[in-house]
Amino acid sequence: MWNDPHYRALFFQILVLGAVILAGVFLVNNTISNLERQGIASGFSFLDKTAGFSIGESLIEYSEEDTYGRTFMVGLLNTMLVAFIGCILATILGFIVGIARLSRNWMVSRIATVYIETLRNIPLLLQIFFWYFAVLRALPSPRESATFGESFFLNNRGLSYPRPLYEDGFSLVVWAFIAAIAAIVIIARWARKRQDATGQQFHTFYVGLGLIIGLPLLAAIVTGFPLSWEYPVLKGFNFQGGKVMSPEFVSLVLALSTYTASFIAEIVRAGIMAVSHGQTEAAFSLGLQRGPTLRLVIIPQALRVIIPPLTSQYLNLTKNSSLAAAIAYPDLVLVFAGTALMQTGQAVEILSMTMAIYLLLSLLISAFMNWYNKKMALVER
Amino acid sequence: MEEVEVSRHSDKEMVVSEDVMIELKAMHKWYGEFHVLKNIDLTVHKGERIVICGPSGSGKSTLIRCINRLEEHQQGQIIVEGTELTGDLKHIEIIRRDVGMLFQHFNLFPHLTVLENCALAPIWVRKMPRGEAEKIGMKYLERVRIPEQAHKYPGQLSGGQQQRVAIARSLCMSPKVMLFDEPTSALDPEMIKEVLDVMVELAEEGMTMLCVTHEMGFAKTVANRVIFMDDGEIIEENEPQEFFNNPQNDRTKLFLSQILQH
Amino acid sequence: MAEQTQNYAPGAHPDLPPPRSEVGVIGWLYKNLFSTPLNTVLTLASLYIVYLLVPPVINWAILDADWIGDTREACSREGACWVFIKVWFKQLMYGRYPVEELWRINLAYIIGVAGIAALLIPSVPYKSYIGAFMLFIFPIVAYFLFVGDSFGLMWVETPLWGGLFLTLVIAITGIVASLPIGIVLALGRRSQMPVVKALCIAFIELWRGVPLITVLFMASVMFPLFMPEGMTFDKLLRALIGVMLFSAAYMAEVIRGGLQAIPKGQYEAAEALGLSFWKMMGLIILPQALKLVIPGIVNTFIGLFKDTTLVLIIGLFDFLGMSQLASTNPNWLGFSVEGYAFCAFVFWCFCFGMSRYSMHLEKELHTGH
Repeated sequence: MWNDPHYRALFFQILVLGAVILAGVFLVNNTISNLERQGIASGFSFLDKTAGFSIGESLIEYSEEDTYGRTFMVGLLNTMLVAFIGCILATILGFIVGIARLSRNWMVSRIATVYIETLRNIPLLLQIFFWYFAVLRALPSPRESATFGESFFLNNRGLSYPRPLYEDGFSLVVWAFIAAIAAIVIIARWARKRQDATGQQFHTFYVGLGLIIGLPLLAAIVTGFPLSWEYPVLKGFNFQGGKVMSPEFVSLVLALSTYTASFIAEIVRAGIMAVSHGQTEAAFSLGLQRGPTLRLVIIPQALRVIIPPLTSQYLNLTKNSSLAAAIAYPDLVLVFAGTALMQTGQAVEILSMTMAIYLLLSLLISAFMNWYNKKMALVER
Repeated sequence: MEEVEVSRHSDKEMVVSEDVMIELKAMHKWYGEFHVLKNIDLTVHKGERIVICGPSGSGKSTLIRCINRLEEHQQGQIIVEGTELTGDLKHIEIIRRDVGMLFQHFNLFPHLTVLENCALAPIWVRKMPRGEAEKIGMKYLERVRIPEQAHKYPGQLSGGQQQRVAIARSLCMSPKVMLFDEPTSALDPEMIKEVLDVMVELAEEGMTMLCVTHEMGFAKTVANRVIFMDDGEIIEENEPQEFFNNPQNDRTKLFLSQILQH
Repeated sequence: MAEQTQNYAPGAHPDLPPPRSEVGVIGWLYKNLFSTPLNTVLTLASLYIVYLLVPPVINWAILDADWIGDTREACSREGACWVFIKVWFKQLMYGRYPVEELWRINLAYIIGVAGIAALLIPSVPYKSYIGAFMLFIFPIVAYFLFVGDSFGLMWVETPLWGGLFLTLVIAITGIVASLPIGIVLALGRRSQMPVVKALCIAFIELWRGVPLITVLFMASVMFPLFMPEGMTFDKLLRALIGVMLFSAAYMAEVIRGGLQAIPKGQYEAAEALGLSFWKMMGLIILPQALKLVIPGIVNTFIGLFKDTTLVLIIGLFDFLGMSQLASTNPNWLGFSVEGYAFCAFVFWCFCFGMSRYSMHLEKELHTGH
């Protein structure tokens, strides 16, 4: 029986499982007795208790009287805000740098290379510190702010910018914008149908651009520009009115997006290079011009290569946003795994919740990637 | 008929210039410091089938790639159907519409089906309705005898089938000249014939062809003229009969002896 | 041109130099910088960016910088104050490690550098012995050198460790220790036994799915709770375990990639020879797979090396932590940029060097097979 591979496998698995369970029981027992000894409560009832500390920035209403549960939400939303804006900026910058790296212009491609090789080889935390301590905190005081057109003020308290005030009729502008998007979708469909039927091409891009700018503008003119701005004004030592982006937020977003962009740039470059030169040549020799060749032949193929590693960069950026804790931006890790943990001492519950959130995000993204890869895989024999 | 044609081509001076499809005059090309094509003079007439052969690295592929500007030449002139190839994008566009090209590695678009591959250029360059473009695609797929594969992806086809799709894809643009850049050298031996058969049919229908190939059988049966290139130069050109039986230049003799040994 | 009209016999045409617009400085400039109007605009714009960035940086870092002196008064404040780095150099490199014991660290550095150099230089013989020494014996030697408390060496407790030294200790321990765990996990993930496979997948995905900082928090707050009463261990060790678990998960994925790249025929051939699973893995598959994944391992190491800076968040004074500490010293306020610049420079040299090395290896692998 010992030499039967099936039994051996079964035995081995029981052994491994047993060891894991034993180790788990050992750890849980220790933890329970340690917690009892230190008089720390367990369970998730703390989520309903009053947190008693304030948070500098929040997307939702929050005060000291709110619960730990709400603290969690505030942190999570702040994390998601940084991650969302960071991903958008990193994508834009990364695509620009990646394409610049492939430019035939020697200067442009050299500058892109220097950018990539510098940023990706310096620790992100160091870059965050640099932006925060060396740049944003070293800015002059509000009285000596750097100003752009008397409406944006950059100083060591952050970036003050005008707050939009919506007046009656602004909804019309919003509706015009939505209508423009709907119109573009309809026009794009119509243009494709017409091309299929008659062969005539339609400049959907330019018409769309015109619509998306023109319709809201028209609505704004009709309603008499129902939007005004509340400008930040210097009163005493600080600015009143307007809105402020904290230096923590600005430096975190800057560092995350410029750092991640250097990786995205390499992904973009590799994706475009992965489409063999023969594809371009074949398209050219069929008479396709540069634009259609890019749009119909190169980009569809390059995107299949680019998108999977791109999503994992988004995931990295989201995980890296947890470095916010080092410069005291109130993200999930700082307010929940930091402050709330210190106050309640319930390390196990709090860290599990924090890790579970990140894990959930990763699993969702990798599920998406698997689905995408399966859908887009080139059909081979 | 055949005799008349041959005699007409053997004497270039008699040909009226309307008959000229491609004309290369004192054309030179360099890759950096390297002189790849040296003083190429070549005139291709309507309906002519020319086979270019020569050892690897002799510049034969570069030569035909210059004709639709996949490579840029630095000196001399290339005139296709009265349009001179310069940096002018309009000229390049006009010429590429009329010149079809086949590649060693087929270069089908892997993300499109066979039929979409064929219809792409008619739709976007000739501005045809999709239905019409697909009809033309099917017509040429039938001509290369693979209409049943129309909705498969290139990755699902054999090499020979892929190359035949590539021929159909080119034909959909109704080119006036076809360039072949070693169309059979990436194929398994048993698939070479199916591609050559299609090429012979094309020749019989009067297509003007410039073909870089090592298939000497094809050269003997189909070509009006065989050109031998070595070291960036046209060393010898002649009718196939003469070329194979009575080569003039020593380098041609050496090359032929090497290639015909097997 | 004269050459053009000249007639050569077939086959006798000489190689001519290309037209002047094609090569040489002018040809190069035209082709790479000014071939189209757009290109010219891009070139000028890039030149302007370079003009904006490079001269000020050179002025600050070199021309206007202060190099001589021992106090902050020596710094004119126009350029960089490298005096700051000079004064704090020892702390930045070694933390608060006792000065008279520094030779122990330096000795380990020398052995380490010599060993790695011997492994990298192709002509040095006995590679496998040197490799085994570096992997198994060197860590033990280094441990006793660093910690002391035996062989007549003074005990140096880990809170005194710091600076670049600590960064290297964490990164190298992390990568060396994660290698065997990674191999086991990778094999487990490819195993046919469902329980083993599931456990390995769960472990790998768990650590890869969470940020390192939460792992470090867990290591510093949760590990003490896991241990039986009375048993404590040092902050550095806790951080090391955290880093190790984290990097083992990444390592496992890298190695799995290598295992997948080994052709099926190798497995079949090994089985046909009648080798048992462990013999097949140890003798045939792993040696090949590990060779394939060295570039991947180097890349993982670069990532880990950069990530070790995170330990400053749980209160260890690594290289970055030390420079942060130095720039918040009341006597030296206002020199954080110099600290960051120095740190960035050192990190950059390490990471850039390693990434070039891994690219070189990759190229060799591609041409070698």
